[in-house]
Amino acid sequence: MKEELEKRVVKGPDGVEFEVDPLRDYYCQSAPTVMPPAYIKIVEELFNWARAESIWILGFGTGCGAIEMRPLMTPRFDAYRYGIQWRPTPRQANLFVISGYLSVKTLKRAIRSYEQMQNPKYVVGLGSCTINGGMYWDSYNTIKRLDDYLPVDLYITGCMPRPEALLAGFQELKRLIRAGQAEGANRYAEQFEWYKANQKRVIHDWDMPDYNW
Amino acid sequence: MHELHERLKAIFPLGELTVQRPDLAFITLGREHLRPLLLELRHRHGFTHLVLLTAVDWIEEGCFQLTYLLNDRAGARDLGLRVMLPREGASMESIHDLWPTAATYQRELREMFGIDFPASPGVDEPFILEGWRDIPPYRRDFDTLKFAEENFNQRPGRATLDPARHMRDRLHPEGE
Repeated sequence: MKEELEKRVVKGPDGVEFEVDPLRDYYCQSAPTVMPPAYIKIVEELFNWARAESIWILGFGTGCGAIEMRPLMTPRFDAYRYGIQWRPTPRQANLFVISGYLSVKTLKRAIRSYEQMQNPKYVVGLGSCTINGGMYWDSYNTIKRLDDYLPVDLYITGCMPRPEALLAGFQELKRLIRAGQAEGANRYAEQFEWYKANQKRVIHDWDMPDYNW
Repeated sequence: MHELHERLKAIFPLGELTVQRPDLAFITLGREHLRPLLLELRHRHGFTHLVLLTAVDWIEEGCFQLTYLLNDRAGARDLGLRVMLPREGASMESIHDLWPTAATYQRELREMFGIDFPASPGVDEPFILEGWRDIPPYRRDFDTLKFAEENFNQRPGRATLDPARHMRDRLHPEGE
């Protein structure tokens, strides 16, 4: 093993000594907490307006629906004119579009990505597969109901939904956010135990922290 | 193809030749002759490319069929070699030293059918499934619907329409 990868005691600039294990991943392992609304209604409404106008989508394609994202990004449908854009990392995104069927293996990555996104955050389920399994209803390897595992704010039906349907869905999501009804992240925090139990029921080789961000 | 079959038959005890198309045929053979036959085909007859290695579960006969599909680019022809394995404790000699790509196919067959290929690189590592605890899912005695119902919550209210009947009812509601 390389010397810099070995476990060692380091002295910080303030003189405190602490142990560092470079091969261990460091997470904040405390469970998520409910984010209360702002103290005055008008401030919360201002916040919600701002949130609705800056929807940043995580560039994570889970199924065939990811193919609908390209025409949305590009000038043909141009979702950017609605203040919607795509971001490469979960830390910079606040909307997770589950774009189609979700295999158990991908679910694990989707959960990690969702938990790494910062509040306020929203989940949109796209296509029949996220609603009731769609054509994979009897598959051994795909989940059937997305809302068992992640808090879904909005579903867009279709197999596949056209980009126009997605644009309409994003407008609907904006309406929900402005009305203060897109509370998926808070629901996830409130029913954290229930979501974790569901997730662990299908993911048999759980080799990650219960919550990580 | 018939000429090739005659020439090979002089050396190996081969089963019948099934000619699918003028440029595609299948030969059934015993597992002990597979490796010498692959070498013979590769070095003497121009079959230099392994197109695919796949399996069929003949559950009624109690055996797995492995199909090694080879391609002769110069001659523009394909030859499939079929090897039958007993289904119980299925195991086959690895050919990853002849075609390195075979190792990937063998990993997949190990995971999806439970056919072992001893000494194939990475054959015991998980390939597509993670944390799989049931019998391999491509085996025909694996009931995928039952598995899905036991493991995943279904959303109630799902209806399935037979497309032919649904369209007939919509287009000709008064009947034929």
